[in-house]
Amino acid sequence: MSARKRGTAVPTSAAPASAVVPAASLIPADAPFPKAAKVALGMPQLRKNLAHATGTIRAKRAKVAGELDDWEHLRDSAAAIKADVQHRLPELAIEFERNAIAAGATVHWARDGAEANRIAVRIVREAGAEEVVKVKSMATQEIELNEYFEAQGLRAFETDLAELIVQLAEDRPSHILVPAIHYNRTEIRDIFDQRMGDAPAGLTDDPAALAEAARLHLRRRFLSAKVAVSGANFAVAETGSLVVVESEGNGRMCLTMPETLISIVGIEKLLPRFEDLEVFMQLLPRSSTGERMNPYTSVWTGSREGDGPRDVHVILLDNGRTRVLEDEVGRQALSCIRCSACLNVCPVYERTGGHAYGHVYPGPIGAILAPQLEPGRHDDLPYASSLCGACYEVCPVKIDIPEVLVHLRQQGPHAAGEQAAMGAAKAVMARPRLWRTALRAARLGSLPWRRKGFVRRLPWPGSRWTVSRDLPVPPKEDFRSWWKERQR
Amino acid sequence: MKRVGLFITCVNDALYPETPKAVVQILERLGYEVDFPAAQTCCGQMHANSGYQEDARTLARSFEEVFGGYDAVVTPSGSCAAMVRDQYPHLTGSGLGARVHELSEFLLDVAGVEDVGARFPHRVTYHPTCHGTRALGLGDKPVRLLRAVRDIELVELPAADQCCGFGGTFALKNSEVSSAMLADKCRNAAATGAEYLAAADNSCLTHIGGGLTRAGGPRPVHYAEILASAA
Ligand code: SF4
Repeated sequence: MSARKRGTAVPTSAAPASAVVPAASLIPADAPFPKAAKVALGMPQLRKNLAHATGTIRAKRAKVAGELDDWEHLRDSAAAIKADVQHRLPELAIEFERNAIAAGATVHWARDGAEANRIAVRIVREAGAEEVVKVKSMATQEIELNEYFEAQGLRAFETDLAELIVQLAEDRPSHILVPAIHYNRTEIRDIFDQRMGDAPAGLTDDPAALAEAARLHLRRRFLSAKVAVSGANFAVAETGSLVVVESEGNGRMCLTMPETLISIVGIEKLLPRFEDLEVFMQLLPRSSTGERMNPYTSVWTGSREGDGPRDVHVILLDNGRTRVLEDEVGRQALSCIRCSACLNVCPVYERTGGHAYGHVYPGPIGAILAPQLEPGRHDDLPYASSLCGACYEVCPVKIDIPEVLVHLRQQGPHAAGEQAAMGAAKAVMARPRLWRTALRAARLGSLPWRRKGFVRRLPWPGSRWTVSRDLPVPPKEDFRSWWKERQR
Repeated sequence: MKRVGLFITCVNDALYPETPKAVVQILERLGYEVDFPAAQTCCGQMHANSGYQEDARTLARSFEEVFGGYDAVVTPSGSCAAMVRDQYPHLTGSGLGARVHELSEFLLDVAGVEDVGARFPHRVTYHPTCHGTRALGLGDKPVRLLRAVRDIELVELPAADQCCGFGGTFALKNSEVSSAMLADKCRNAAATGAEYLAAADNSCLTHIGGGLTRAGGPRPVHYAEILASAA
């Protein structure tokens, strides 16, 4: 490994560590997005880490997606399969349950996160365990399983490298796929050094050394764990199988070594047929890590004597999903396969990171999913977008994110002042005469600035514009008078 | 069909007369009869994208009344053309969008002209605006037209496909994030050493230009004005 770091002169070293400050502790989770974003924008290291990481993965994705001639057809197929699932979700869920039970699994249904957490704790207790190892899973982040376990006197250990970093730092994930994307490797070295307990002395920020330290730390956990908790990328109704797609192999350890396995699966993860995986296994790795194929794909169906966990539980989680399903436009969000491509291309996410969104699902998908999963709690998120459409362009399941953003904006609530301004603008624009009068008035009113050509400073709310941009002044002669003159 | 309706857009109506003038000149040079219906105002995009669907619907209906009688409508705005084409079907069920063309679409796909006979001896960089490129699918159409301009020196804009941070009310509601995006766009624009930064939408150019007058860098110009410059 080279000692030169990209773009900086800081050498790979075991230099004295600075104290770990979790990023999430600095960015207010409950603040409205613009406010939280402002804090994040003021953290130069965070922005540098994000720009570097998203830029790298963006380029990788574009390259491998471009290699497939039928990429657009794959996207169409994936969108069609997901739409089909949404149309017959109840029937598919029951088919999945039937087949999973026939294969030896126990299937539970959870209306919400609280119910799922209670079921999981009960299973852990029945297994006589006090701790579990975890496969990286967004569903368990969504229902705050780790926090609930802790409150119940149980401990959940993350085994995904990035989740481990976040857990050790007592931080919150800031990205769907790479929860520790906001840390660079020097910061990660410091976290291991100060929080892991068994980090080797003189640990450097060499990625291989960091991975080795994590490996040794986790190995002990794998060997002693009796219970594992996972999510799933896909749940196949036809066979009752679950699928986990990962890069590190730590998930595979969790899925095979413990006696008991609990998988918490959002009901939107269902696929009708096993062969549907053919489509998604081409799209997911390319869209998420920018790899043609991920190193580990685990598929399991119920339980089998002498092969993996004996006690296999599946908790099918609703937690607001059936309500989202009722909205014909908004339900597209349930097609998401959590690849995170939309985060990586999003110019807003790239500059703010995930914490500013105040929800486990950040970025473009979070901006359409969070307000639907928790109505009334994230009304500012549909506005956290310039509607540039980069997300829609890359989404492997073709979720029209800008369309859903606009749809959610329509549902309000709208601030009274804005509503009045929009109403007035419409009233003028709907009457051509009034519109022409208004244009004339604007030309006259801006006379004092005419010579300069622009306005540099405006009072609030215009200051929201002039904080970083000048505003042009209407011209002396408009198009209309030019046109009239010509017609004569 | 040699008669076309011109939709200049509310932004140009208020701030940028030179752009629609340029469109008129280009089209007339190609032998088209241009008609400017004076009752036109706004396509309703700001209202639609900010979540005011009813207001947008009202404005869409007036637009349809004003332009419904034309076989072809030309507009120098990618985002307004996208509004009519993508959103009107949901708002009013109107199919008018098929007859509304952004200028480069009209020139290349309808008129079948790539070289409009312009000369512009300057260094120019091009910013592909998001709605024009992604929603409307303009691709490299404006650039193809610019390439045919005599004596122009086109230079690539680094990270060209990144949004400038305008996004209508986004620039106000999320002013800080928008400003951060703008700062990057201005830095990239300045790095090209170009005299002009061209684009297909004066609303985006208002934003980028408003940043460039402070940061220093190329002058914003609608590409139509380059195409209209006489040989
Ligand atoms: S919305 Fe699309 S791009 Fe974003 S994470 Fe989900 S599947 Fe991936």
